Amino acid sequence: MLPAPAPAINSTTAEFWKATTEGRFLLQRCNACDIVLWFPRRNCPKCWTEDVSTFDAQQTGTIYSFTVVRKGTGAFKDAGPFVIAYVELADGPRIMTNIVDCDIDALHVGMPVEMVFHDTGEGSALYRFRPASR
Amino acid sequence: MTIRGAAYVAGIYEHPRRDIPDRTLFEIHTEVALGALADAGLQMSDVDAVFCDGTAGFGPMSLVEHFGLRPTYFDSTETGGSSYLAHVGHAAAAIAAGKCSVALITLAGKPRTGRHEVSFASGSDSGFESGWGIAGAPHTYALAAQRHMYEFGTTSAQLAEIKVAASIHAQYNPNAYLPYAVTVEDVLNSPLVADPLHRLDCCVVTDGGGALIVVSPEVARSLGRTSAKILGHGEAIKHTSNGGIDLTYTGAVWSGPRAFAEAGVSVADIKYASIYDSFTITVLQTIEDLGFCEKGQGGKFVMDGGLVAPFGKLPFNTDGGGLCNNHPSNRGGITKVIEAVRQMRGEAHPSVQVPNCQISLAHGTGGSLGSKHGSVTLILGQEDA
Repeated sequence: MLPAPAPAINSTTAEFWKATTEGRFLLQRCNACDIVLWFPRRNCPKCWTEDVSTFDAQQTGTIYSFTVVRKGTGAFKDAGPFVIAYVELADGPRIMTNIVDCDIDALHVGMPVEMVFHDTGEGSALYRFRPASR
Repeated sequence: MTIRGAAYVAGIYEHPRRDIPDRTLFEIHTEVALGALADAGLQMSDVDAVFCDGTAGFGPMSLVEHFGLRPTYFDSTETGGSSYLAHVGHAAAAIAAGKCSVALITLAGKPRTGRHEVSFASGSDSGFESGWGIAGAPHTYALAAQRHMYEFGTTSAQLAEIKVAASIHAQYNPNAYLPYAVTVEDVLNSPLVADPLHRLDCCVVTDGGGALIVVSPEVARSLGRTSAKILGHGEAIKHTSNGGIDLTYTGAVWSGPRAFAEAGVSVADIKYASIYDSFTITVLQTIEDLGFCEKGQGGKFVMDGGLVAPFGKLPFNTDGGGLCNNHPSNRGGITKVIEAVRQMRGEAHPSVQVPNCQISLAHGTGGSLGSKHGSVTLILGQEDA
């Protein structure tokens, strides 16, 4: 499995990362201007209200762009070639992530993908994607 | 109020070395400062404004203490490699407002022989734009290149043409880290770092530094040296835009028009351009975004020697650029201004000097095309421009 180093967690992102350990991916919506927010924030970046709510997002999307990193460093030093990508979620936001469990030569922009969770062992799981099963 | 003609770049200095294990970061700052002051014909005691990035200690305080100065103005704007172009614009505005008259801008760094770590995602984006095995700029710039290829059919061979043009220029620069010409095949045959970027699509990693002296018109007139008049400046920050990032364009779409409007010139007036070249894709997107060609047509524009001095459509980076000459401290902005001033003075290498280089452009891109970056455009002119 691709290494899953734990992210830094703060008071704003704690709810988001806790949910990932339960296989849930939370997004926020601004109740005032009805836009989806990414990444987790206390204030809407459009109208700056704190009146934002959280919902369970769809765990599907398509590849917006990707790259195959040929040799990683740090925790990824011995990972072999791996994929960094932007995935456009079915709910809208384009998010940075990894594509895993895939044939790197078959990847393409627009490919449908589905979310998987890789436990960091430190109270969080990294949301990654694999080619959609159907 | 505009800054058009309100200030001049009167002194430049590029550190000649690319490996500097025997000097500290602050010693390099001093060395390049004294070099640029000597070029202008000024003394350290003439400096009344200090500009630096965020890597020179505790903001400008550390550097001012190190220099032993008491400036009336300071600025440590940090937008990665584009910082120094922003400093020029900010210095010109401060001079126009009467806050100072001799501004010193320095850069120093040792990514080859010293410790060098800058996080691209240390704000509220931490854990979302960082992680994922991202270890350096190539990984996220590659995302921009891949998407540009998908939308516009840009090819690796077209990106390679940008490296080839830079390398043709670098062979005339004895200080260049890679002082020899390469071919499209050389670029395509170099190892993939992060698809679709090959090793030769990337800039060099060098120790070094540089400095600029920006002065008032009164000071410029008192000097024996030819200065470059600052005609216009524009700056912008492009970011991930709440999950709405579009990887096919840069902040130059905003900084460019601001600079052109202030200068009162158009792309057709630009005889030479220093275009930030952290990667070949950085150049390609910037050329489009500044309006030198239509969006998506950058690949065609750079073919057939379009960027090769002195007679290409848009002679660029005649020092060899970050791609071949120098990218001190992983930041190519200050050398962009330095080579533009050499061109305005007629002091580029004779083989790459653009004839009658009355108006030039310098553009910086700091941060990442793949997430957030600061874009800064400067337009410089000769005295009668």
